[in-house]
Amino acid sequence: MSNRKPETGAFFQRDRQWHPPAYTPNYKTSVVRSPQRALLSFDNTLSEITGPVFGHSILGELDNDLVHNFAKPGESAIGQRIIVHGRVVDERGKGVAGALLEFWQANAGGRYRHKREGYIAALDPNFGGCGRTITDDDGYYRFRTVKPGAYPWPNGVNDWRPAHIHFSVFGHGFAQRLITQMYFEGDPMIWNCPIVRSIADKTAIEQLIAPLDMNNTIPMDARAYRFDIVLRGRRSTLFENRLEGN
Amino acid sequence: MVQQLGFLKETPSQTAGPYVHIGCTPNFCGIAGVYEADLGVMMVNDKTLGERITLRGHVFDGTGTPLRDALIEIWQADSSGLYNSPSELRGAADPNFTGWGRCPTHMETGEFVFETIKPGQVPFKDGRLMAPHISMWIVARGINIGLQTRVYFDDAKAANDQDPILMRIEHKNRVQTLIARREGSTYHFDVYLQGDEETVFFDV
Repeated sequence: MSNRKPETGAFFQRDRQWHPPAYTPNYKTSVVRSPQRALLSFDNTLSEITGPVFGHSILGELDNDLVHNFAKPGESAIGQRIIVHGRVVDERGKGVAGALLEFWQANAGGRYRHKREGYIAALDPNFGGCGRTITDDDGYYRFRTVKPGAYPWPNGVNDWRPAHIHFSVFGHGFAQRLITQMYFEGDPMIWNCPIVRSIADKTAIEQLIAPLDMNNTIPMDARAYRFDIVLRGRRSTLFENRLEGN
Repeated sequence: MVQQLGFLKETPSQTAGPYVHIGCTPNFCGIAGVYEADLGVMMVNDKTLGERITLRGHVFDGTGTPLRDALIEIWQADSSGLYNSPSELRGAADPNFTGWGRCPTHMETGEFVFETIKPGQVPFKDGRLMAPHISMWIVARGINIGLQTRVYFDDAKAANDQDPILMRIEHKNRVQTLIARREGSTYHFDVYLQGDEETVFFDV
C-alpha cells in the first residue's frame, strides 16, 4: 500500500444495466442459477466500504509470469508470448494502488488444466494457467503469458468461447470485488459468444476487448495487449455527517 | 451541450466460469507449486481473539442441486467489531485475524466450510449498531455477476430484530434466509439461488 490516506466514502451505485443481468437464457447454466427476486438495495455500510488488502509479500517472483511459473527449470510454456498490462482505476479515473489481480486461462491450444475439462486439445506440461500481481502506486500492473486458444463448450451444439483471460480483482472495499474476462482485439468469435452476449450494451462489451499495443512489446520476444480495468468509484465524504462519537 | 462529468464506467462483470479454481485456489484443483498456499484458507491463528466458530453450508440452484463449482468469499469484523482494512479508521483490528476467507464448494458434496470467529458489532451510518454479521460473495459458472448477501446468527435475536438492514426487508418471511442456525460451535447457512426460500441478495 502507498502512504496515501485511505478513503472511506461509499461506492457509487453499480449500474446494473451495464453489467449482465442474472438471467440470460442463451447461456443455459444461468437459467437455474439466477436469483428471481428483486435485490435489496442499500447504501454501503462499513462492511462494504472496507475490504481486505494484500501486501506484496504474498507474491512469488514468477507469480506474474505464466510462461515460467509452472514450467520445468529451463523450459517454458508453448504458445504466442504476450505481455498483458494496464491500469486499474476507479470510475473517477483515480489509479487504484495495491489492488490484487488474479488471472487464469486455457493454454495456447484452448485446454484448461482442470479435472472437469474434457476438451481433446493437449495439455502443455509447462503451463499451469494461473498468475497474480498487485498494482503499483499508480494502479499499473503487467504480466507475461501465452495467448490462450479458443475452445468448445457444451452450451449450444457448437458453441466456442473466444480466446480470453479471466480476471479476479480486489479494490479497497469488499463492494468493489469484481470478476471479469478479457478478450483480444480482432477475434471474430467474440460476437458469437453467449457469455459475452449476456452483456446488452455493445460499448460495455468493447470495454472487455484488449487492443494490441505494439509500443509495449518486447522486440523478438513478446507482443503486448493493454487491458485497463475500472472499479467502482467512491463518493467524497467531505460534507457527510460524522458518525456519532467520531 | 453542458460540461461532461467525465466518469468512467465500471468494467462489466463476466461469469467466473467452471475453472475459477485455477486462478483463485490452484492448490485445491491440483495445480501445486505455483503458490505456497491458496489465499483465504486460514482466517485465524492460535492468537486470534474471540469465539471460534465454524460456518458451513451449501449453495442450491433452482432444482435443489448443490453447486459443486462455486467459490465463496466472506468478509467480517474481528471480535470487537473492527475490520482489518486500511479503510477502517476507528481503531486497529486484531492483527491475528484477517477477516477475509475464501472457500470453493466441495467438488462432490458442494459444501463450503469456514473456520472463523464470531464477529463483533459494527455501527451503521447513523451510529446504531448492526447485528453481528458476515458479508458473503458468491461466484460460479452460470452466475453473471457476483452475488452479495450477509450471514446473521440465530442466537442474536435481539440484535437481529434491531438490525437496520434486516429491518429494510419488506417481506418479513424472507428475513430468515439470512440467519444461520447454531448447532454447538457450528453455524449452518444454506444459500438458495431461486425458489420459495430464495436468499435475499443485495445491490449494495
